[in-house]
Amino acid sequence: MPKIVFIQHTGESQTVEARPGQSVMEAATANMVRGIIGECGGSCSCATCHVYVDRDWFERLPAADTMELGMLEGAVEPGPLSRLSCQIKVTEDLDGLVARIPAGQA
Amino acid sequence: MSDPAQQTIVIVGAGQAGGETASELRKLGFPGRVLILGEEPQVPYKRPPLSKAFLAGTLPEESLYVMQRQNLEKARIEFEGNVRVTRIDRARKRLALADGREIAYDKLVLATGGRARPLPLPGADAPNVFPLRTIADVQQIRARCQPGRRAAVVGGGFIGLEVAAVLVKHGLQVTVLESLPRVLARVTVPEVSAFFERVHREAGVDLRTATQVRGFEGAPEATHVVLGDGSRVETDFVIYGIGLIPNTELAQEAGLPVDNGIMVDEHARTADPDILAAGDCTNHPSEFLGRRVRLESVQNAMEQARAAAATLAGKDAPYRAVPWFWSDQYQYKLQMVGLSGGYDRMLLRGDPAQGAFAAFYLRHGCLIAADTVNRPQDFMLAKKLVALRAPMDDRLGDDSVPLKNLLPAA
Repeated sequence: MPKIVFIQHTGESQTVEARPGQSVMEAATANMVRGIIGECGGSCSCATCHVYVDRDWFERLPAADTMELGMLEGAVEPGPLSRLSCQIKVTEDLDGLVARIPAGQA
Repeated sequence: MSDPAQQTIVIVGAGQAGGETASELRKLGFPGRVLILGEEPQVPYKRPPLSKAFLAGTLPEESLYVMQRQNLEKARIEFEGNVRVTRIDRARKRLALADGREIAYDKLVLATGGRARPLPLPGADAPNVFPLRTIADVQQIRARCQPGRRAAVVGGGFIGLEVAAVLVKHGLQVTVLESLPRVLARVTVPEVSAFFERVHREAGVDLRTATQVRGFEGAPEATHVVLGDGSRVETDFVIYGIGLIPNTELAQEAGLPVDNGIMVDEHARTADPDILAAGDCTNHPSEFLGRRVRLESVQNAMEQARAAAATLAGKDAPYRAVPWFWSDQYQYKLQMVGLSGGYDRMLLRGDPAQGAFAAFYLRHGCLIAADTVNRPQDFMLAKKLVALRAPMDDRLGDDSVPLKNLLPAA
C-alpha cells in the first residue's frame, strides 16, 4: 500500500498507509492526523484539509480544477504548493508523497 | 476525579458527532476506554454523501466510514453496532440496552442525531416509500433506480433536490413535489430558489411547487401519489425529505432539560456534569447568533464534538462557530454561511443566468449571511466577512469591485 507522509508545522511527521482510490484527506483522517479535518467529507466545500505538497510531488499531481483553486484562495495561509488533500486521489505512483500541514490550521 | 486511564467514556450514537468525539479524544491524548454504541450496523460514517455520490453509486460504502474498523482498533476506539440504548440511569451511571445488558460509564456523550421526519399521510407506510437518512435507506432506493423508472420525491429541500439531481442524471423520470410556493424556501431567497428550479427543470425534472400531497394509492406498493387537487402522479417508488426530528427521548426520559434539542452549554455540557451532548440532537448557545439554536449540519456535528472532547479532556475550547452549509446539485455547488433569517436587505453579485452568483444578506447594514453558487472564492471570503458581521455598502452588489477589497482593514 502506498505510504503518505504528513508533516506538522512543528516538524513532527506521521507516515500512514493509504489505499489506492481513497483521497489523501481520507488517509489522514482515518489515521487521526492533526490539522486535517475534512469537514465536508471530501466534496471540495470546506478547505479544512488544506496541505502544502512538496514540490516534486506537487508537479506530478493532476492540476487542481477551478472549484479547488477558488476554495484554496480562502484557505489558511495558501501558497503556491497548496492543495486540498480531498482532491488528491491516492495511486501507487504517489507512494511517499509528502504533505505539510499549515501552522494555523487547527 | 479518578485516574483518566481508568475512565470509560461511552458515546451513544455512531454518526459524525460520535465518531469525531472519539477521534478527537484520542488526538487530545485521552488514555481511558472509549466506546461508541450505534443503532446501525456500520462504524461511524458520513451522511452528506448519502444523497449525493453514494446514491449515484460513485462512492463505495467504505469511503463513507469516518475510520475503517482496523483504524478504530488501532486507536483503541471500541465500536458496537446494532445496539439500542433504552435508558440512562444517571444515579448509577449506567446505560440499559434493548438486549438486556447494562453498560457503566464515567462520562457519557449523547450524539444521538436525528431521524427523518415521517410523512403523516395515508399509504406512506407502503414498502416503496423511503426516507433517506441511512446507508440502508440508500441501498433500498438504489435497488429501484433503473433508468426509465419513475420516482416521486416529496419535499423540495436539500435532500429532495440532491436526490432529484442524481436520479434524473441516472435516467429516471423524476417528479418533485413541494408544498411551499418555491423550493429551498426555508433557507434562501426567491432568487436562489428560482435558479435551482430552473436548473432542475432544464435537466428534465417535473418540479411542482405549491403542490400538496394528500397520500399514496396502491397496495402493497404505492403506485400513485395523490395530490391536493385530487390529481394523481404515477410512480414506481417515493422518496421523502421533509425534515429531521432530533433524537432527544433518551435525554428527556433521564430528566435532562430538552427544548428543541438537548440543552447544552458552549462546552457541550448538559445539566448533568457527567453527560455531554453534540450534533443534530443539541440546542446550544450561539455567540454568533446571540441566541440558542439547534443546527442540522455536519459542521455543527464535528465542531461541537471536538468541543465535547476538549471538555472531557479537561481543556477549555468552547464551541463558537459561524454556521455553514453546502449542497451539490448537477455541476452546481451551493455554499451558505450564516443564517439569513431576519435580513433587511439582499444584494446579488454576479448573474444567476451565468450559473455563478452570490446572494449577500445584510441586517442594519452589516453582513449576516451569504449564499454562493459556483463562486468558491466569494464563499471563503464571505465566511470571514460574516464572522466579523462586517458593515457593507452598495459595492457588495457590484461585481466589478473585487470582494476582497471590501474586507475591513485589520
